[in-house]
Amino acid sequence: MAEKLMKYAEACKQFDPVFGLETHVELCTNTKLFCPAHIEFGGEPNTQLTPVSLGLPGSLPVVNKTAVDYAIKLGLALHCEINEWSQFARKNYFYPDMPRDYQISQYDKPTNGNGYLDVELDDGTVFRVPIERAHIEDDAGKNTHVGGADGRIEGADHSLVDYNRAGVPLIEIVTKPIEGAGDRAPEIAGAYMRAIRDIVRALGISHARMEQGNMRADVNLSLRRSPNDPYGTRSETKNVNSFRGIEKTLQYEIRRQAAILADGGEILQETRHWDESTQTTAGGRVKSDADDYRYFPDPDLVMLHITKEHIAEIEAQMPEMPRERRNRLKAEWNLTDLQMRDILNADALDLIEETVKAGATAAGARKWWLGELSREANAKGVSLEELPVTPADVAQVEKLIADGKLNDKLAKQTIAGVLAGEGTPDEVVAKHNYKIVEDTGAIDAAVEAAFEANPDVVEKLKGGNMKPMGVIIGAVMKATRGQADAKAVTKIVMAKIKS
Amino acid sequence: MSISTETAALVKLSAAEQAAKIKAGEVTSRELVEAHLAVIEAAEPSIKAFLKVSGDVALEQADAFDAKSAEDKAKLPELAGVPIAIKDMIVTKGIETTAASKILEGWVPPYDATVIEKLKAAGMPILGKTNLDEFAQGSSTEHSAYQTTHNPWDTERVPGGSGGGSASAVAAFEAPLALGTDTGGSIRQPGSLTGTVGVKPTYGGVSRFGAIAMASSLDQIGPVSRTVLDSALLQEIIGGHDERDSTSIPEGPRPMVAAAREGAKRDLKGLKVGLVKELGGEGFQPGVEARFNEAVAQLKDMGAEVTEVSCPHFPYALGAYYIIMPSEVSSNLARYDGMRYGLRVMPPAGVPQTAANMMAYTREAGFGDEVKRRIILGTYALSAGYYDAWYGSAQKVRTLIINDFKAAFDKVDVLVSPTSPSTAFKFGEKMDDPLAMYMNDIATIPANLAGVPAMSIPAGLSDDGLPVGIQFIAPQQRDEVMYKPAAALEAALEESWGGPIWNDLKTPWLGE
Amino acid sequence: MPVSPPVQATCVSHTAPIVKAMPTFSREEIVHLGDLARIALTDEEITRLQGELNVIADSINKVQEVASDDVPPTANPVPLEAYMRPDVAATPLTQAEALSGAPKTEAGMFVAPRILGSEE
Repeated sequence: MAEKLMKYAEACKQFDPVFGLETHVELCTNTKLFCPAHIEFGGEPNTQLTPVSLGLPGSLPVVNKTAVDYAIKLGLALHCEINEWSQFARKNYFYPDMPRDYQISQYDKPTNGNGYLDVELDDGTVFRVPIERAHIEDDAGKNTHVGGADGRIEGADHSLVDYNRAGVPLIEIVTKPIEGAGDRAPEIAGAYMRAIRDIVRALGISHARMEQGNMRADVNLSLRRSPNDPYGTRSETKNVNSFRGIEKTLQYEIRRQAAILADGGEILQETRHWDESTQTTAGGRVKSDADDYRYFPDPDLVMLHITKEHIAEIEAQMPEMPRERRNRLKAEWNLTDLQMRDILNADALDLIEETVKAGATAAGARKWWLGELSREANAKGVSLEELPVTPADVAQVEKLIADGKLNDKLAKQTIAGVLAGEGTPDEVVAKHNYKIVEDTGAIDAAVEAAFEANPDVVEKLKGGNMKPMGVIIGAVMKATRGQADAKAVTKIVMAKIKS
Repeated sequence: MSISTETAALVKLSAAEQAAKIKAGEVTSRELVEAHLAVIEAAEPSIKAFLKVSGDVALEQADAFDAKSAEDKAKLPELAGVPIAIKDMIVTKGIETTAASKILEGWVPPYDATVIEKLKAAGMPILGKTNLDEFAQGSSTEHSAYQTTHNPWDTERVPGGSGGGSASAVAAFEAPLALGTDTGGSIRQPGSLTGTVGVKPTYGGVSRFGAIAMASSLDQIGPVSRTVLDSALLQEIIGGHDERDSTSIPEGPRPMVAAAREGAKRDLKGLKVGLVKELGGEGFQPGVEARFNEAVAQLKDMGAEVTEVSCPHFPYALGAYYIIMPSEVSSNLARYDGMRYGLRVMPPAGVPQTAANMMAYTREAGFGDEVKRRIILGTYALSAGYYDAWYGSAQKVRTLIINDFKAAFDKVDVLVSPTSPSTAFKFGEKMDDPLAMYMNDIATIPANLAGVPAMSIPAGLSDDGLPVGIQFIAPQQRDEVMYKPAAALEAALEESWGGPIWNDLKTPWLGE
Repeated sequence: MPVSPPVQATCVSHTAPIVKAMPTFSREEIVHLGDLARIALTDEEITRLQGELNVIADSINKVQEVASDDVPPTANPVPLEAYMRPDVAATPLTQAEALSGAPKTEAGMFVAPRILGSEE
């Protein structure tokens, strides 16, 4: 049954949306948060466990220092206050994928509190997203549902549990209620999530691949008539795992809640789910007493002490943040906003930077990655990074051009050779014996031959009509197998018709 | 099978004496293990201390020890080669571990607790797993899901609990040593009721890794023995820092053996002993008080300066304990849900066959009454709306009790009290009255709440012929401080009795 | 020597106000607690627990008498700060070891009955 929706523009006119995001980022530590089981994506089920991550009787958690370091890094990047003392608490609830039937998380004493992230929108507007906290917790195992349709939990006969993921460290970044976004709420949410992804990747603390579940978000939304009103009742859409999904969830929830409120209805405080196939959110569980998680300090884990020296040590290792880096490169490379956005949309910033570092000019690098190579990637349906060509290859080709050893046409043929797996640019050039013909004698002869074959063109040229010049150059190129330099050919032709 | 007089004489030796015989080449570890296995076989029908006897494992370990070169043996701790029994609350790789609960029936752990690794490294064979109240919850061992353990002093009576199995095994000469766990008195109270020595080390002094959790902030593994020196020797083996336990103290074990040997000289001049005013009087049996007072008089005779100290918040300790302990129990025992190990019970027909219902019916069938009572109480104490009133208040009481101890230890070196208000009671006597059962631990609980070390040693027999225990309590991380007066008192009392308390124990299972 | 952690080692107030009065256990409350604790209590057990818990509650409720605002709570009796272990892998359990105690397994995994309920 389709739910009643209000048109988006109308909904935003009548109501003020307030939203919040709880983003789970899986850390890429070597071992789990509380035990030394190695973490690997896609291993055999139940092979990445110690007694601790399997929740065996008698086992005890001991915190992984690298996970704490990663949390501090993220806290610094999000301008958080990093608490000298933080504490792990137990969140008690039963679920088959939870080895201890409680999650170890941080409750009232998180490692990171009270920060913000400045998010840049497509038109250059900067929106400040307030951060409530970024705390450390451990993940649960994975259920595979058997016997139902499409592996869905509904209608399944039973579930199979693989606890490999249990105990993998997560950081949950919780925003404060985000106000003042208006109809740009979905856009801000999407930009925020992308910014988080870029930051955790720049920090090297997460692979941040949403499709692998390294990153997922719970999207909260409530509406109110005016910004002066108190917050309305909110819905919480759980585990949305794509950027578009997050944007669409917000759009959908704004339209759905607006329709209910406009009819005088009430919003249920419930958890919902984003359904990619129907592009809607579906109602889930209404919040109830069952959500009494009985938090209390985990008596197996004493308080975490993060000293000023520890923070300073981490601070010294902080890389440049993505937004600062983009602004710096934009200035260094003399780009317009639009040019920069094209690079970002093509996911080519790292590649271009690498190419420049390898010696190419920014313009040259940009031309290859956004032109020829983007077309090739599109045609093959792969990302630029997956193409069998490196920034060093591109820089090498650029150098050959600059040195006058290749012209544009030969350069493209060289890149095509690299893509075809023929080796490095130098190897491709050597293999095909690509070179610009500098022997004016050979060019001279070819020009003479072209003149003889095209007497009418020669007449026109002599008469001052330069338009058919291309015919002669084309013929010369053909005769020299593209190795002549067009400029040199033109020079010889001009000298001949004047004589 | 009848027990030879040689065997009876051998098992009646203290662990240190047995170790000395090994060193002197008079006996092998295998012979010691065989002697104890023979006693176990003879005693178990009337004592029922063991849930599982691991004779084959013990013999294998004994042979491995005996095969070592003299040089390698010399590198091992003093108790090397002496066998030991383990409370079934401690995880043993390859040996069924149940916590005396139906919910863990048949579970064979794939790993060893840290203390078990240490015992193995020390060349100490493991005789088997001893009975306890289910998940160490109780004071009589009657809450075991499998069997009732009998007190060797009177087999109509309980051995105390929860570690009644370890205490009875050591008292009945089935094992010279045992390990227990003490959350509110589970080593010391059975020690008191069976005439054994039982020690709860400083919290964090012995690794909890592999001790099945009851209440994590209170649990501590400790020794059970027949002499003070044996406990000191054992505690130095099992103690020390463990990187697998976040609550483990970084410093190594204290010099307890030296303190016990020093104490045996019976000179306590300059030692200040405090009698805890709140741990005596009303509710304590006259026979218990009489033996306690005589013991204190002995301490004075040896030069100790005895004064009374007040710990005004101790009357609140039981309340705080019965909030903190069940709260942690409710969370620690959540993992027994029928998914990964142990029992699984599907819901009856007519009830949806879901994972949630499977868990609920498994836990209903797998847990006994006392465990369920504590889980429900703890679930309540942590639930929204009541947390501050109960859990929050209990943690404040904990601070007050720690402060009471600090103030007391500003005045005296060591505190003493009766270990348990009564001697061993009859089966069933307190089973229908949880509160009366809980009162057993009134004198032992404060030490758990404050994390300080405490031990019980026999103070004699009450008018009913049953053992009475005296408790020594020392400051945090100063475990050696209680060992000295305990060893001194042990020596003085044995002289006054004309021999160890064991001379009064009738042991028909030894063919006597 | 580690620095002593601050003593305020408790989770802050959950949602409801502080209950100073003696709690009483109603039948509904016991049923609810049974649900939270995932124990399918029988009617008889509920009746018995109600009586017992009210008696126990009465005796332990007095902790509130001395728990004044100026007393800091203690979560862990020994003042320690967390040891942080290096991010180095150790040998894991084999799949066979991990599954060895399981009531039911399939394809190297633990079997859970269906997670969502339905009418029977």
